[in-house]
Amino acid sequence: MEKNKRPNIFKRIFNFYYQGFRDMPRYGVQLWILILLKLFIMFAILKIFFFPDILETQFDSDEEKSKFVIEQLTKPNK
Amino acid sequence: MIENVDLSLVDWSRAQFALTAMYHWMFVPLTLGLAFIMAIMETIYVKTGNPEWKKITKFWMTLFGINFAIGVATGLILEFEFGTNWSNYSWFVGDIFGAPLAIEGIMAFFLESTFIAVMFFGWNKISKRFHLISTWLVAFGANLSALWILVANGWMQFPAGMKFNPETARNEMENFWEVFLSPVAINKFLHTISSGYVLASIFVLGISAWFLLRGRHKLMAKRSIVVASVFGLITSLFLVMTGDGSAYHVTQKQPMKLAAMEGLYEGQEGAGLVAIGALTPGKEYNDDKDAFLFKMEIPKLLSLLGYRDANAFVPGVKDLVDGYEYTNKEGKTFKGISVEEKIKRGKIAINALADFRRAKEAGNDEAAKKHRLTMEENFQYFGYGYLNDPKSVIPNVPLTFYAFHIMVALGFLFILLFALALFFVNKGNLAKQKWFLWVSLFSIPLAYIASQSGWIVAEVGRQPWVIQDLLPTVAAVSQIDASSVQITFWLFAAIFTALLIAEIKILIRQIKIGPKDQEGGK
Repeated sequence: MEKNKRPNIFKRIFNFYYQGFRDMPRYGVQLWILILLKLFIMFAILKIFFFPDILETQFDSDEEKSKFVIEQLTKPNK
Repeated sequence: MIENVDLSLVDWSRAQFALTAMYHWMFVPLTLGLAFIMAIMETIYVKTGNPEWKKITKFWMTLFGINFAIGVATGLILEFEFGTNWSNYSWFVGDIFGAPLAIEGIMAFFLESTFIAVMFFGWNKISKRFHLISTWLVAFGANLSALWILVANGWMQFPAGMKFNPETARNEMENFWEVFLSPVAINKFLHTISSGYVLASIFVLGISAWFLLRGRHKLMAKRSIVVASVFGLITSLFLVMTGDGSAYHVTQKQPMKLAAMEGLYEGQEGAGLVAIGALTPGKEYNDDKDAFLFKMEIPKLLSLLGYRDANAFVPGVKDLVDGYEYTNKEGKTFKGISVEEKIKRGKIAINALADFRRAKEAGNDEAAKKHRLTMEENFQYFGYGYLNDPKSVIPNVPLTFYAFHIMVALGFLFILLFALALFFVNKGNLAKQKWFLWVSLFSIPLAYIASQSGWIVAEVGRQPWVIQDLLPTVAAVSQIDASSVQITFWLFAAIFTALLIAEIKILIRQIKIGPKDQEGGK
């Protein structure tokens, strides 16, 4: 007699998510489309073209960054 | 560079941050509160085995999921802005801000997102108890996320547990527990999450009231109202308690914010709390105009709440700007130095930092040590050195005052609403109280207004500071083109408004569909 073998834990986790996404209602699919669209806009457009990290893009080392910030901070209106 | 900062750059950067933060905060409080409400409902289901409670839980879980999805990643824009618009600030805060946010990302977010999948996909696939545990873990995970963000914000309101390193221009964490357990941070966390619980309770109450008005899903609506009202009443009383704690700490740590919240220009012994009032337009801090067109106040309550002493002296805007020394009848002296003096000391600290840097570069360790000491002696006023006019420490008084009073008034209205709901449920005539059901429905936007008003008080009330007393907005902002900030402001407003409309349509459609039977039928 062949014993019913239980799939391994990874396969079970995969199946759990696969089934979950497959059985998702229509509104769930619509929300995922909107989430992916939102993430695309944020990371592929806004972050790249509009929100560069000023210190990261202008300086290579922490020392340069701190020097720059100290220069900025120590030139107040005296 | 600071003297050349374009004020429109500061204003647009602030406007952009406010827009994104307020947008983000439209979704967070409902997530925080609804998670617990549906966990309570599911607990009743598991305890009783009554399938009606499963149906109720699944309905609110659907709305939770939609709200969660709408809000996903909206907070990330704020992080983008730190790097782009507020680079001086980002560097200056150093590890203090980074550590709590990193913990949030690793611990809470993963806990939350893992168990959300189990919660939504796990019905009928895992045991009831494991599903229930997942739902509770989602609730705790969401609230843990909020904890770390609010610890970071609490530090900005009351910097503690750190030391400024003049060699790197960064604040370094000296004591994690002082940052984490700062009374300001703890109170802020408790007050903020409890406001989320109240908002979620109003949301459930309002939507359930709509079902009763429509004569649909009456059992679900009544049961939801009972859970929401009990949860809402308990948490709104807790909200009052934490609000009192927050006001107490604001009095001690941010007295100018308190003065703005109460429209208090002249300090008073035994100051009253304004219950209702209208401020005089165009009032300047040092003119002779009466601050109020009219007001009704509760005698001595502000002194009592702020100092736990009904006769304590509460400094007003004028006292805080010009400095004050006041001795009451019992011989107790209250005093504070003027902003002009603080500006002088702030400039000494900033100059000492510049001198320290020069001495270090010249290899003169003796001089560097002396300048470092001077800087450290005056560091508590560091941020004042960027200000020129003492008046610039006054926040927008009307906005802070009205936001505070709207928040408080609505908070008490919600307590009444929950109590009335329970009263009518107890009498067994809730569905007949049409006026009450309409009021409950229209309270949903009021809950959002109250919630946003709370943040306006917290953030507008602490202007001009990004970090209280240490860094004003004018010094924290990046030297970028103001027009590029304007472009991203409108771009963000347009894109996210369009997405919001699409997402809210989904939410409303699901509400209209209402709860479904377990296997999907109506």
